[in-house]
Amino acid sequence: MTDLWPRIEPLLAKVEKPARYIGMERGSLRPTHRPEQVSWLLVYPDTYEIGLPNQGLQVLYEILNERDDAAAERAYAPWIDLEAQLRANSIPLFSVDTHRSAGAFDVLAFNLSAELVYTNLLSCIDLAGVPVRSEERRPEHPIVIAGGHCAFNPEPLADFVDALVMGDGEEVVGEITEVLAAWKRGGRKNREAVLRDLASVPGVYVPAMYDVEYDGQWLRAITPKHADVPAVVDKRTVADLGEWPYPKHQLVPLVEVVHDRLNVEIFRGCTRGCRFCQAGMITRPVRERPWEQVRTMVRDGLQRSGYDEVALTSLSSADFSGIDGLVADLVNNQEGTGCVGLSLPSLRVDAFTVGLASQIQKVRRTGLTFAPEAGSWRLRQVINKLITEADLYSAVEGAYEQGWRRVKLYFLTGLPTEMDEDTLGIAELGRNVVEIGRRYNKSASCTVSLGGFVPKPHTPFQWFGQNGVEELKRKVFMLKDALPKKSGVQMRWHDPEATFVEGIASRGDRRIGRVIERVWRNGGTFQEWGEHFNFGHWMDAMAAEGLDPDWYVTRHRTDDEVLPWDHISAGLHKDFLWQDWQSALAEHGLPDCRWTPCYDCGVCTDYALEHVVASTVAPAGGSQGTGQDLTLGAEVPVTFRPRGERSELAGATTGPKGSAGYAGAEGVRPA
Amino acid sequence: MKGSDGIPVRVRFTKLGKVRFVSHRDVARAFERAFRIEQLPMAFTLGFSPRPKVSFGLALGTGHESVAEYLDLELAEPVDIDELPARLSPALPEGIDVSGACELADRAVSLQEAVDTVELQLRLVDLDSATLAGAIEHALASESLPITTTRKGRNVVEDLRPAFRSLVVNIDDGAPVVHAEVNTRPRGVRPNDLISLLRDLAASKNEVGEDRVLRTHQWIERDGARLEPLEADRATRTATRLRVTSKGLTNDRRDDSGGQDLRTDHPDADAGLTAARRIA
Repeated sequence: MTDLWPRIEPLLAKVEKPARYIGMERGSLRPTHRPEQVSWLLVYPDTYEIGLPNQGLQVLYEILNERDDAAAERAYAPWIDLEAQLRANSIPLFSVDTHRSAGAFDVLAFNLSAELVYTNLLSCIDLAGVPVRSEERRPEHPIVIAGGHCAFNPEPLADFVDALVMGDGEEVVGEITEVLAAWKRGGRKNREAVLRDLASVPGVYVPAMYDVEYDGQWLRAITPKHADVPAVVDKRTVADLGEWPYPKHQLVPLVEVVHDRLNVEIFRGCTRGCRFCQAGMITRPVRERPWEQVRTMVRDGLQRSGYDEVALTSLSSADFSGIDGLVADLVNNQEGTGCVGLSLPSLRVDAFTVGLASQIQKVRRTGLTFAPEAGSWRLRQVINKLITEADLYSAVEGAYEQGWRRVKLYFLTGLPTEMDEDTLGIAELGRNVVEIGRRYNKSASCTVSLGGFVPKPHTPFQWFGQNGVEELKRKVFMLKDALPKKSGVQMRWHDPEATFVEGIASRGDRRIGRVIERVWRNGGTFQEWGEHFNFGHWMDAMAAEGLDPDWYVTRHRTDDEVLPWDHISAGLHKDFLWQDWQSALAEHGLPDCRWTPCYDCGVCTDYALEHVVASTVAPAGGSQGTGQDLTLGAEVPVTFRPRGERSELAGATTGPKGSAGYAGAEGVRPA
Repeated sequence: MKGSDGIPVRVRFTKLGKVRFVSHRDVARAFERAFRIEQLPMAFTLGFSPRPKVSFGLALGTGHESVAEYLDLELAEPVDIDELPARLSPALPEGIDVSGACELADRAVSLQEAVDTVELQLRLVDLDSATLAGAIEHALASESLPITTTRKGRNVVEDLRPAFRSLVVNIDDGAPVVHAEVNTRPRGVRPNDLISLLRDLAASKNEVGEDRVLRTHQWIERDGARLEPLEADRATRTATRLRVTSKGLTNDRRDDSGGQDLRTDHPDADAGLTAARRIA
């Protein structure tokens, strides 16, 4: 009926890596679609190799397919060669599971993890045979939904996406399914009515239900059109990760993809409070997966998938309560699993981390990555990445001493208050790291990877004027000059022009939608791929829409400015963020609130949530490796779950939310 | 697999349907995962990054199908070889089915060196049998058949004529199918080069793209006899290591006539199922 395979198959001999389009991954499903079910097409608007490992998409794929009233399949953006073939042969976007036409689904649900994929989103909608603008869609067209971190500033996509979902998707996809199932039962008549129903689902933002007022180029207000539409859309948060042991059947692709291994999410959220990090801000609070469940998911996942590597994923995996014990357990109990590798992405910079790493990588110690993010202690206090040089050097020394030969360091440039001496501090760190390494190994090397900083919504840096292209280029080349080949430090950097375009979309308002559409119509897809990125398309489109790129990107915002995402809440109070921004400018760091009394950022208190951790003991090395004394004598705001206990949230709460005075932390707490 | 203490095993498998688009290298990775899923006691290479000892036979081009693919592996401990097809097939992608396995004699020559000829079925989408017969007649009557092909990224001219053992066209289910048997030495013939040659001889302007290739056999020649790789180097069986079952040594499901259809895909396994079916 809608199986497009016979038409797609002849094209696959003519394209690169055709196995990207055949599906059939271990763990994948071939749903049959019943009329009363709501059919979801989960689309990752980038290549299969990037999109397939996405855990969010895989989690929702399983949860939806477990429901009687839903069926879900997957699609990925076809690469340029196949897209041209599809268009030339009038074949629409298709699912990889049953090669069903995208337009035959009730929902097209997009995962948004980066701004530069926005033009691909339009490309996929269009390729599905659906009008790219929401207002032109009719009742027979699929409902277009998007979620993921970028959804927290939904405005640039407001013209194209019918509904955006804020926060964790596990629960809300079911509620959306129920709304759409009722709409289908009623004959799928009025698109406006179903969008209004969706707008009343907590966590769902329907742009068409809001009026946007401007005052010249200034945004004045974004207000709901109807009384039953919320003025502020709050994010959704899964209180207990232990209730959601997904994916249970992680997909095993037939072609090599990024992160090609078993991935087990060990906790969600992070309260280290790095001020540049949107993920850490919008995913609060910390929710650890029960220890025993992690073990089960690792064991079952390896057995089902045949993978020989597992990654324990999170925003800062060394912070998982009892991580050393868990790692020892996984490394030492491998009967039946063959030679299994274990990896811990996103590690903090300290000796504890190196100890963990050496437990894991008993052989083949080639490369280890740390992210100090800034070149001086002053600037690291500004961004609240509280790593001292001593932390870094002892971590690096430990690494080289124990046999690693290559250390990779991640840095950002263009950070608030950054001066040339901060940027050049990166060179000094790099050179010192090489010098330490050469004491242990003549071929020791260090790679510095430099990204341009893009201020993100819902972070303390959302008011900061991003560095322009010329300024970023100046800093990149200044650093490059300070790291000649003989220094032994290799340097890589992100294209400052791409950083600038990310800045347009990151903090853009609804008017940026027309820019995205123009770039797409000019053929600007796969913009996150260097060979396809076209800065000229973006500047031309801004000019054609009469918009000033610098006003969007490099301008500092003031505290009274209406921000395009003020009607979206990640739970963080705007005054908390402003206060933290002021602390940043005053060079004050802020320790992790997991083990210190509450700063009242707003998330736990407003949403009646708590950190869920398996230990009330702060990790070895203190907060961010600074050795700070975290035993401050006050109750800490966590739900304690003894190791191995399954999702019994009631029970051993340590006490009321800490509102006690914060003694002994002067100089760290914001003034 | 020479010179070690493990148990050498040869496995025959298919590559049919959608999975034809998976590359040779990715098929190898799928087998490595299948060995782990089934927890086969593989022998491993020594060194910093131990790999299971597996060696694949002649590579099959991406997009081509086969009912006669082979690989050799080495086990560290004995297992029931007869059960390997039934154990490995569900752990492999759909379309890759293990159709036979045997223990190898200790001194068996590697697949890459041992196989002398391969048989292919070619379906050229738009050429009728009379045209193809004419092209074949022309090819076989020629002293040499120079074609331009690429080796290691460079264009070279090679003579295809010495590679042919046989070349005929039959009608299969109403459509013409070219049956070819070609030598693997001094170097293999790429099926796409063969198709290009036939298209040139038939004065066809179309590209190779949608034409279909099925490898039906690989043969090892020994003392004038043509042997299937599972038979050529089968170990003399010992009662201590293996049970001989009533089914015999191999679970051979192959249609040995060489006339197997070039199916576009497996029959739809989901037809009639109401619930979603998870692969494996």
